[in-house]
Amino acid sequence: MEVQQQAILRVRDLNKTYSDGFQALKNINLEIQKGEIVALLGPNGAGKTTLISVICGIVNLSSGEVSVNGYDIIKDFRKTRAMIGLVPQELTTDSFESVFNTVAFSRGLFGKPPNSAHIEKVLRSLSLWDKKDNMIMTLSGGMKRRVLIAKALSHEPTVLFLDEPTAGVDVSLRKDMWEIVRGLKAEGVTIILTTHYIEEAEEIADRVGVINNGEMILIEEKDKLMQKLGKKQLILDLRDSLSEIPAKFADYNLELSADGGQLIYTFNTRGDRTGITSLMDDLKSEQIAFRDLNTTQSSLEDIFVNLVEESS
Amino acid sequence: MNIYGIMAIYKFEMARTKRTLVQSIVAPVITTSLYFIVFGAAIGSRIDQVAGVSYGAFIVPGLIMLNLLTHSISNASFGIYFPKFVGTVYEMLSAPISTLEVVLGYVGAAASKAVLLGIIILITASFFIDLQIAHPFVMMVFILLTALSFSLFGFILGIWADNFEKLSVVPMLLITPLVFLGGSFYSTDMLPEPWQSISHFNPVLYLVSGLRWSFYEISEVSVLVSLASILIFMFGCLAVVYYLFKTGYKLRG
Ligand SMILES: Nc1ncnc2c1ncn2[C@@H]1O[C@H](COP(=O)(O)OP(=O)(O)OP(=O)(O)O)[C@@H](O)[C@H]1O
Ligand SMILES: [Mg+2]
Repeated sequence: MEVQQQAILRVRDLNKTYSDGFQALKNINLEIQKGEIVALLGPNGAGKTTLISVICGIVNLSSGEVSVNGYDIIKDFRKTRAMIGLVPQELTTDSFESVFNTVAFSRGLFGKPPNSAHIEKVLRSLSLWDKKDNMIMTLSGGMKRRVLIAKALSHEPTVLFLDEPTAGVDVSLRKDMWEIVRGLKAEGVTIILTTHYIEEAEEIADRVGVINNGEMILIEEKDKLMQKLGKKQLILDLRDSLSEIPAKFADYNLELSADGGQLIYTFNTRGDRTGITSLMDDLKSEQIAFRDLNTTQSSLEDIFVNLVEESS
Repeated sequence: MNIYGIMAIYKFEMARTKRTLVQSIVAPVITTSLYFIVFGAAIGSRIDQVAGVSYGAFIVPGLIMLNLLTHSISNASFGIYFPKFVGTVYEMLSAPISTLEVVLGYVGAAASKAVLLGIIILITASFFIDLQIAHPFVMMVFILLTALSFSLFGFILGIWADNFEKLSVVPMLLITPLVFLGGSFYSTDMLPEPWQSISHFNPVLYLVSGLRWSFYEISEVSVLVSLASILIFMFGCLAVVYYLFKTGYKLRG
């Protein structure tokens, strides 16, 4: 038997109905191990922010249980919240405070004694050090987001939530951010982020969860997910163009390119049989020759779109 | 207990005062001076004495109360309303800090500012009149309790308000009239009936009367009644604050 590591975050049968009667989360179950990076994907209004808000204590849950490192988020809120850092989706900052002071404020609020050296380290890692005395309102949007990240890291959290961290962020900050995320992971910090950009999940996450209509429709290791759900396409460059797909191939999932020069066969790597061998045999018997062939694998994006369409 | 959290809120709020020094200190001092010039010097010269005290001296406790009430309320209500308004309240809600600690931070800061202001008003007054304080300790108790309870009240107001209008309407339409009709600038026995009886339903009367007793040993109601009413008000506010946080009223969705 495998040794079961204790999950750093455990969500059990979580439901959330807002006061207007809208059910934003339906029976969510989730376990995240220490040091994992989990990306939550889902269309607008899926419930990603609601889920994070419940875990962080910003929104009350309606039913279910959430624990962080074994501590219940309601009974032991001091312990759980001290472990959590949150970078919210919206750019909500004070205006007249200085960058340094607002980060120091966050550290105090989370119950940690002052530590200028740590704040300096965080600000430097986010290229904010030369702005430390600036009033927040004089910063650009991207810099304000950095300030929010600095605030979230000010109290040395072991679980970090990033709610759409790359919205409105330029390439260089995005790079910085992934560098920081990887650095934090190396220190053992668990990171849960939401994003609409599937490439981001693909680039950074160990596991990917997909939320739609308040339901967790899937949570899976990224590589397995891509293998498991990945559709592949076999593209055959024909020697002689075809005007239409011969009747014999009606049972195959075949498409002909617009110029008739390529046959595209879509198959599922999940299935026991891909049908490639019989397709090849049939092509040979019909004397359709090809010059070249290659396969492409669908991206996480395609997987995601498929899933959401299926579940809706 | 999250002492660092309380300190963080307290310091943040006090820093806010520093940024709005004119509004929080200079303006009240100027207004108070105007009161002394208009009421004390101009009108007061035609009113002999009220209950054996010169008119200028008579209005000092009322002026202090007026400033204590309005500034406790506005400081505390604005302090908690603003983070709600701009959204920065998310941080407080996600922090390992209890209701009581949040209240201590905000209300503590608002009350400190109000007490400071009360003392500044007192000093300002001493430039215009010959100040005599019969019971300085009782005076401080009244100033402290008033600042605390009305800061609590302001905190509740700030949580309840969901727009700026609600935030300003209560101090303007409730507190100012109550202060003016509560015998701050006159003794209620100068009023004709039925106003004289009606004013005894005004809670501010009890505050002003109590504070005035600590200055001149004259009062409209027993000083113990005054003390009891301010304590009742304070515990009432505490109960409401406790309830608000227990239920997450208007803060946690
Ligand atoms: N305070 C609230 N009261 C009522 N309904 C709410 C509230 N907050 C969110 N909702 C609803 O809950 C649903 C989920 O919202 P949520 O913000 O969690 O979505 P999301 O997945 O984060 O979306 P996005 O990608 O746009 O950020 C939405 O339909 C939203 O309208
Ligand atoms: Mg969201």
